[in-house]
This record gives sequence, structure tokens and C-alpha cells, in this order.
Amino acid sequence: MDLLTPDPGLVIWTGTTFIILVLILRKYAWRPILHAIRVREHTIKYALASAEKAKQEAENIEKLKKQTLEEAAVERDRLITEARELKAKIIEEAKKSAQVEADKIVETTRLQLEKEKKDALSQMREQIAVLSVDIAGKLLEQELKTTKKQKELIDKYLKEVSFN
Amino acid sequence: MYTAVGLGLIVIGAGLGIGLVGKGAMEAMGRQPEVLSKIQTAMIIAAALVEGVALFAIVLAWLVS
Amino acid sequence: MQRFYTIILLLAFILTSFAAYAENEGEKKNKEGDFDPLEMIMHHISDSHNWHIVSFKNKEGKDVDIAIPLPVILIHDGSVHIFMSSDFHHGEAVVQKGDQYFKLYHDKVYLTDASGKINLNSEGVPENAKPFDLSITRNVASMWMSVLIMLALFIPAARKYRGKPSMPTGMQSLMEPIILFVRDDIVIEQIGEKKADRFMPYIMTIFFFIWINNLIGMVPIFPGGSNVSGNIAFTGILAVFTFLLTNVFGTKSYWKDIFATPGVPIPVRAILIPIEFVSIFTKPFALMVRLFANITAGHIVLLSLTSLIFVLKTIYISPVSIGMSLFMDMLELLVGLLQAYIFALLSALFIGMAVNDEEEH
Repeated sequence: MDLLTPDPGLVIWTGTTFIILVLILRKYAWRPILHAIRVREHTIKYALASAEKAKQEAENIEKLKKQTLEEAAVERDRLITEARELKAKIIEEAKKSAQVEADKIVETTRLQLEKEKKDALSQMREQIAVLSVDIAGKLLEQELKTTKKQKELIDKYLKEVSFN
Repeated sequence: MYTAVGLGLIVIGAGLGIGLVGKGAMEAMGRQPEVLSKIQTAMIIAAALVEGVALFAIVLAWLVS
Repeated sequence: MQRFYTIILLLAFILTSFAAYAENEGEKKNKEGDFDPLEMIMHHISDSHNWHIVSFKNKEGKDVDIAIPLPVILIHDGSVHIFMSSDFHHGEAVVQKGDQYFKLYHDKVYLTDASGKINLNSEGVPENAKPFDLSITRNVASMWMSVLIMLALFIPAARKYRGKPSMPTGMQSLMEPIILFVRDDIVIEQIGEKKADRFMPYIMTIFFFIWINNLIGMVPIFPGGSNVSGNIAFTGILAVFTFLLTNVFGTKSYWKDIFATPGVPIPVRAILIPIEFVSIFTKPFALMVRLFANITAGHIVLLSLTSLIFVLKTIYISPVSIGMSLFMDMLELLVGLLQAYIFALLSALFIGMAVNDEEEH
């Protein structure tokens, strides 16, 4: 029965002790500890968030870099291919135009040659005609001292000169 | 003498009660392990309430003896 | 830190050495000289005016008690008397202060006449008047020790938190998980983030105070062993604090729930209101009795197991007794923590129910 009867002295001592303990610990322990823990939690949260952000940024930069590099590679390949095509085209065109030029030169040359040949032929024919007339003159001078002979000769020549 | 019998009865009742609380909590934990801590808290509170009633009875038994 | 402990130890030794006194005492044993476990147990779990250290039989066969006398503070008829409990000579001597005589009978101080006569009624209960006893008893001294331990644990730990946030070290890393557990799983969970800060110091202190006192009660040798947290006065006043906090900080909706439960017809209210009203008092009462009964029962069981050796008067039972004591000790370590947790949890729950407007029944 004694156990169930609270002793007033102990009640008073426990009460005062407990109140003082709560006040002391509140001021010197719980507030600083809980405050520090909260600050630390915030710091950690913030640090984690900023680390995450930094990571994200680094990843973005990395991605960007990669992308740029890839684009550059594609561009380079494209440029090279284009250049190659251009080169081939230029060469092709040069070849073509050279061919054309050459053909043209050959053609003109051929035409000129033909013309020269024609000219030469006609000149030669004139010359031959002149020469023939000269020779004929001279021969006539010699042969046709006699009328008969002259007549024979003319006939002979006339026979010889065929009008081909 | 009667007090002792009464105490025994109280203990049987409280034991059954807390046992049932524990049983329910265990089953709930097995079914939903993801809310384990909440079940634990609720279990302790329920067990404490059952225990509180038992303690009342014990104190009363003590007082009337 | 170490210096602090050294000082405490030194103080204890100095106190013991100049205050320790040995005395023949025959009253403790009953007439046949047999060992009385009930009396021994009751003596251990109730409060005392001196801090018992050890008893033994010396070479001459006399019983020797070594104990620290504690100050006795008595208030009677408007006068305050302070003297050491050694003046009582274990209840054999009558102490005269002014024209008042005091005598110790079963660790309680009674007013007597000059001869020191205690009038017992038919049930063996003294009929003498009692002065108001404000003594520093064993429980008070033990409680103050627990206060010193708490200050020694938490203030240096708190000091380490100064400056930049850093990794916890030493005592700090031991305490921090427990503090966080109390903060997150008890206070914030039950009271809610918004109002938790106001009650945090109270719940924290109550948790550690009860736990440390439970642990001190578990120590079987000198500075421990007192049954502070198993004393109804101790548990009662803590329950009263919870009761006061609950009702002082209770919001309108809390009171409305009690006296005008919403959504309930008036005839039913007539039944509900008395129940609700009584439950205001039964909740802290259950808190008080729970802690008291758990801790006291633990002490009684442990002491009974030890008494087994002396009751059966054979040494061969001691392995059983020690083995079971060990088991009970382990259990009591758990119970000590669990009861502190439950007390803090239920206090937080009651406060949380009272201070939060939104009811979450």
C-alpha cells in the first residue's frame, strides 16, 4: 500500500528537478543540437541539390560537346564528299571542254587544211594551165613553123587534153 | 487470496488483449511491409492502452485487498 | 569529459569516506533471524533516508551497514529542520529539534514524544503525526545523479555542434541517432511538423530522463539500484506535467470534442461527456501507473530471483537464479527503453491530439 501512496516530498523534488532539467537542457542542449542538425540537414540537402545540378550541367556540357563533335564530323564528311564530287565534276568538265576544244581545233585545222589543199590544187591547176600555155606557146613556135605541122600538132594536143 | 485470483484473471485478459494486438500487427506487417513503422507505432499505442486497462485493474485489486 | 567523471568519482569517495558509518543493526532481520524476502524487496523498491552501500557481518559477528547519510529536511509548524539522516541511527534514536521530537520508523519520519514512542494501530500502522518531509532521500539523490549524467551527456555533445556542420564524433554520434529518433518518430510524427518545436524539449527530456533513471535502477551496486522511475511520486509528477501540457495547450476543437462532440445527438452526449471528461484524467493516470508498475515489477522479479538462493538456503540453486536474473536483466533493459519510449510516445500523442485543430481520430 505504501508503494501506491506518492510521497509529497519526492513529488516536489521530482517536479522542481524536472522543470529545471527541461529548462537547462532546452537552452544548452536541445535547441543547439536540433538547430545544428536542422542546419546540417539543410546544408546536406542544398549540397546534394547543387551537386545534382552541377552533375546535370556537366552532363549537359558533355552532351553538347559530343553533339558538336558529331555535327562537326558530319559536316566534315559532307564537306569532303562535296569537295570530292566537285573535284570529279571539275575534272570531268575540264576533260569535256578540253575534248571539245581539241575537237574544234582538229576540225578547224582539218577545214583549213582542206581549204589550203583546195587552194593549192586550184593554184597548181592555174600554174599548170599557164605552164601548159607557155609550153604550148613555145612548142607552137617551134613546130608550127610549118602550117601543116602546126595543124597536126594542134590536133594531137587537142586529142591529148581530155576534159576530165 | 481473491486478490491473487483477480490478478491472475487480469493477466489472462491483458495477455489475450496484447496478444491479439500483436497478432493483428504482425499480419498487417506481413501484408504491407512498406508501412511497417506506422503499424509498429499503432501496435505499441494499442498495446499500451490494453496494458493501461490491465494496470488499472491491478491497482484496483491492490487497493481493495 | 574525463575530468568530469573523475570529479564525480572523487566526490563519491569523499562523501562515502567521511560519512560512512558502521553500526550494529538487528531490527532488520525478523525475530527468528530468518531471511525475509518480502521485507528486503520492499526495502529496496521503496525510498530511504540513507543511501545504502553494503551490509556484512564483521569479525565479531556484528552486522555492519555502510551507507551514505542523506540530509533530512522536515517542515512542521512553520519551522524547518535540517539534519543528517545518520542522526536517526537507523531509527533507534530520537532526534530533538527545538521542542519537537522525530523518529524514523520503516524509513518514514514521525513526530513523537521525548521517549520516541510509536503508537501502532491494530494493523501495525503508526498513528503518530508525520511532519512534512522534504528530505533529500535516496531517490532524490539518485535522480540528481541522473540529472548530472544527462547534463554530462548532452551539454558537451551540444557544444560539439557549434560552428560549421560536420560529421558527428564521439558522444555526439552516440546521441544523435537517438535524438533524431525521438524527434522524427515520436515528436514530429505525433504532434506534427508545425507545433513540434514547442514540445520538443519536453518530450526529449522526458524520454531521456525516464530512460536514464530506468538504467540507473538496473545497476545492482552502489550508485545505482534505486527505484526512482518505479516510484509512484516520480511517475505521477511526470504524468501531471503531460496532463498540464495537454490541457493548457489544448485548442478549442479539443475541448469541443470533449464537451460538445460534433455530430452526436444530445442524449448520447449525456453519456459521452462524462466518459470523455474522465478520460482526460485516466490517460495521464494510466501513464503514471504503467511506468510505475513496469519498473517496480521488474525490480521485484529480479530481487525475488536473487532471494531464491537465500530462501532455499542452498548454493546449488544459484546457477538457476543467476541465469534467470541474467535473462530478466536483459528483458528489463528492453523494458526500460520501451517504457521510456511509450511514456514519451503517449505524451506526444496526447499533446498532439490536444493541440492540433484538425482531428485525426
